Amino acid sequence: MKIELQNVKKAFNQGRSNELWAIRGVTTTLEPNRITCLKGASGSGKTTLLAMIGCLSRPTSGRIMLGERMLSGLPERFMTEFRRHTFGFIFQRLNLIPGLSTLDNIMLPAYPLAPRHHQLLASAQSLLEQFGITDKGNNPIEWLSGGEAQRVAICRALINNPQIIIADEPTANLDSRLSTEFMGLLERLRDLGKTVLITSHDPLVFDAPCIDRVIELRDGEIV
Amino acid sequence: MIALFRRQQYLLSYTLAAMLRRKGRNLALLFVYMLIIFVLASVMFLSHALIREAGIITAQSPEIIVQRMTAGRQALIPADYLERMGRLQGVNRREARLWANFHDAATHKNYTMRVDSHRELGDGEIIIGASMAKRLKVNPDDQLTLTSTHGEPYTFHVKGITTSPSELANAGLVLISAATFRRIFAVPPGYFSDIALSVPNPREVRTITEKLLKRLPDTRPILREEIQRTYDSIFAWRQGITFVLLVGAIFAFVIFAWDKANGLSSEERREIGILKAVGWETGDVLRMKFLEGLIISLCAFIAGCLGAYLHIFYASASLFEPILKGWSIFYPHFQIRPFIDGLQLATLFFFTVFPYTITTIIPIWRSAITDPDAVMR
Repeated sequence: MKIELQNVKKAFNQGRSNELWAIRGVTTTLEPNRITCLKGASGSGKTTLLAMIGCLSRPTSGRIMLGERMLSGLPERFMTEFRRHTFGFIFQRLNLIPGLSTLDNIMLPAYPLAPRHHQLLASAQSLLEQFGITDKGNNPIEWLSGGEAQRVAICRALINNPQIIIADEPTANLDSRLSTEFMGLLERLRDLGKTVLITSHDPLVFDAPCIDRVIELRDGEIV
Repeated sequence: MIALFRRQQYLLSYTLAAMLRRKGRNLALLFVYMLIIFVLASVMFLSHALIREAGIITAQSPEIIVQRMTAGRQALIPADYLERMGRLQGVNRREARLWANFHDAATHKNYTMRVDSHRELGDGEIIIGASMAKRLKVNPDDQLTLTSTHGEPYTFHVKGITTSPSELANAGLVLISAATFRRIFAVPPGYFSDIALSVPNPREVRTITEKLLKRLPDTRPILREEIQRTYDSIFAWRQGITFVLLVGAIFAFVIFAWDKANGLSSEERREIGILKAVGWETGDVLRMKFLEGLIISLCAFIAGCLGAYLHIFYASASLFEPILKGWSIFYPHFQIRPFIDGLQLATLFFFTVFPYTITTIIPIWRSAITDPDAVMR
């Protein structure tokens, strides 16, 4: 399903003295089964736009359509449904929960869906296998290296088999080798039929051969 | 339905894992919480058990006790007062009683020595209360020596053991023959400690008292309801004093709970954001945190109440004894019989678990209803 943005705007602290328009009218269409990179300097609005597309926040005005369905303006309950079923998130700081094991972190998004435990465990283990970290399943998350933790974050994003993967500055804390490896993983996701949206200001990312489209943002607008 | 149950299972398992991750903090909270419940429950258990004991004693005692007063103090009452009292409408039994307090100089315990006209006891024979026998490790047919304040020893033959529904009445009770009693306490023949009157109809008690005072102006009638009221007010007052002392501790706990609730750590806020971002509903987050609060509350409540139960009924309320019993009132040591009132427990539950759970859930709800995009930053 394609994602359509129609004159999307987002203001923070609206009506106050410190009002800030982070997105100032973005209109574009994101094609399915592609890797699209939102490029731009810090403060250009990449994360804000990504958060709105991923139903993590609402636009101040404008529309975001997913296929025929309008995401903007949905009540919280429905936004949660979309976050749970349609989107998988890979955060900049990974946001894995410390103290839990690798497997528990991966299975976390599936808990509200209440699948049978053995099925859920099998899905998580199959993801660990796909990403080459089978032996790390029972390790606490703190024991993992940066690259391994990154893979766990991808596994968590995929546990509910979402159609769209959203990755916010995923290589910000990785060295060049791990960043290149990560881009390879994104390519595999696209090959599995997923749509990938990624933000970055790292040339290693937006110049990577697997990127299908780059959208440059500056001061909340598409350049 | 099964999916719903499984969902709750997942939530519970995540909650337990989350609590284990903050072991130190949760254990500290649990300890403080448990301590408060322990102290509050101890006060409640002890006060109610004592009031109940007192209730049992007064229920057994006669409706009116007539004491003779001389120079404002109680004096022995001559047997002819029974004659002088005359016939009183509504009184179905009159009994001149012999009883006294005996201070055992050897063990520094007080005992109540009483003559029971229904029991055949020979000279030097006694029947003692079960708990006293247990404490002194005395069996029937043993010899028991008690020493008067003048240092004079009295050796008794324990003829039997008596039980009473009230542990308090039992604790220092010594039944003795009239002859022995008169010899020990130098009570001349024809004199008694007081006169007990049984009045089946409680509405007649006041009228009888008025008649008594007219016929025997140098006496003081003591009514059972007055004794009951005195016991109640003594224990209620002591309970009140203890609660006042506890107010500081309770406030400290409330502040602690409120602070914990308001001061959701950035780690906790981030966790809530992550959970919402990966598809948990606000309700799931709230249920999870509610469960967390409930687990802590229930554990603290159960452990606190259990600790208080053991403290009061098996360790003789050693921490509160001086305040609640009063050393001068119940000097002989006694073990209170376990007594728990469901309403008491429900009240304690309502005033501790309920406010804690509410105070902690409100800020979490505030945090949980905000957009989860903060975790993206």
